Amino acid sequence: MKIQILGTGCAKCKKLTENAQEAAKELGRPIEVEKVSDINEIMKYGVMLTPALAVDGEVKVVGKVLSVKDIKAILG
Amino acid sequence: MSLREEWKKPAIFIGVFIVVYFMPIGTGRFDSAILEAFHLARWYAQEHVLLCLIPAFFIAGAIAVFISQASVMKYLGTGANKVLAYGVASVSGSVLAVCSCTVLPLFAGIYKMGAGLGPASAFLYSGPAINVLAIVLTAAVLGPELGLARAVGAVAFSIVIGLLMAFFFRKEEHERASMKAAIPQEDDGRPLWQTGLYFASMVGILVFANWGQSTGGVSAFIYQNKWVFTALFGVALAVIMVRWFGVNVRHMAIAAAAVAALAFAFPGNPTVPFLAGVVALILLLAKGTEEGRDWLEQTWGFTQLIVPLLFAGVLVAGFLLGRPGEAGLIPSSWIAGSVGGNSLAANFFASFVGAFMYFATLTEIPILQGLLGAGMGKGPALALLLAGPALSLPNMLVIYSVLGTKKTAVFVALVITMATLSGWIFGFMMA
Repeated sequence: MKIQILGTGCAKCKKLTENAQEAAKELGRPIEVEKVSDINEIMKYGVMLTPALAVDGEVKVVGKVLSVKDIKAILG
Repeated sequence: MSLREEWKKPAIFIGVFIVVYFMPIGTGRFDSAILEAFHLARWYAQEHVLLCLIPAFFIAGAIAVFISQASVMKYLGTGANKVLAYGVASVSGSVLAVCSCTVLPLFAGIYKMGAGLGPASAFLYSGPAINVLAIVLTAAVLGPELGLARAVGAVAFSIVIGLLMAFFFRKEEHERASMKAAIPQEDDGRPLWQTGLYFASMVGILVFANWGQSTGGVSAFIYQNKWVFTALFGVALAVIMVRWFGVNVRHMAIAAAAVAALAFAFPGNPTVPFLAGVVALILLLAKGTEEGRDWLEQTWGFTQLIVPLLFAGVLVAGFLLGRPGEAGLIPSSWIAGSVGGNSLAANFFASFVGAFMYFATLTEIPILQGLLGAGMGKGPALALLLAGPALSLPNMLVIYSVLGTKKTAVFVALVITMATLSGWIFGFMMA
């Protein structure tokens, strides 16, 4: 499983990345967290509001910093 | 360690060392510049943090939580009505672009997945300049004329720039991404008028608490009674929060009673009940509904993001430029020479510098305050306000990666031209 964090590098995007890494660690499964910061790449996901979180390329949440708990819920 | 990978940190260390080694402490100009930096910082702390910045952060947080971005993007998506799209693009920055880092993805999205080049350019130009925080702080620090001119100028010229961009590149219809933009689901939705009244009450508090002293007329009457008006809007906000936002009536009553008691206990010092109101609001939100906690979290997020930048900006502006009427490190005569008066050259110089220089969120305001104090004309000040936050060198690189060389060059040229012209016209009107 792979989580993508879409964001141009602002404070909120960094926070979301941290939360995603924390969630992956707590779940204890091999989940890779990938940062997508190139704006054209972000557009390819169809995302206009950053930060956004995608799982295996599918966009789950847009324009919001999720808590560790919320991310764990999405990862199931 | 490998020099190739680790060169940055030693370079910074050496740079700081050289600066400290040769620091000209003891020379009059340098010492007074250091003092100026702290004078300006204290002035901001005393005049602008409590009544202006704190309520503005709450409004920014509320915008992030209660205004559905999907409802705005609807007008900017593919197949949107063109006339409407320009209008919405030019003003939506006020509610969308509270943080400057959100402007670029939105711009790229509007261009690639939505209404196209024209509205995207309009949004990019006006967005950073008309967010609530920027307008409020501009009006409070630099005067209501510049605040108003900044808002009006940014909106009006963004439409002109958008239309021109669309006209110049009318033959190059870009390939639209076939996918639909991923937009957050619409919330359960509260009627628009309720959200509107809610924001009106908060903006009312902000405006009247900061009403400036003035002589004669309606404005003087409002100034004398500004705390009465502020309190009325405060009551309105309390009622709205209880009725439509699920705040507990009894908790709100206790909070209101505490604020009222403090208002009567300290009749000469309205800041005390004002602060009590802020503390009460924080407690109510922290204990309240999920929406309320979201609001608090967003507000705190903006505060964390913006305050350190603003503080650093104020120190740097004070150090280099001094308070109004005092000189910092840079001699006032240089500034008066390059951007004094209202010549076309001064306006052009101000917009050109503004377009390339990077201003962190809101820091353009203390910097301009310093420049104005050192002899900059009002026209060039507006030119810098219009060109500054919309563009910067790092910003241009991102725009270039989205638009390509030619469109980026035309956009930059248009921004500089428009900022120059609006500054020049404003300078004439003020003279």
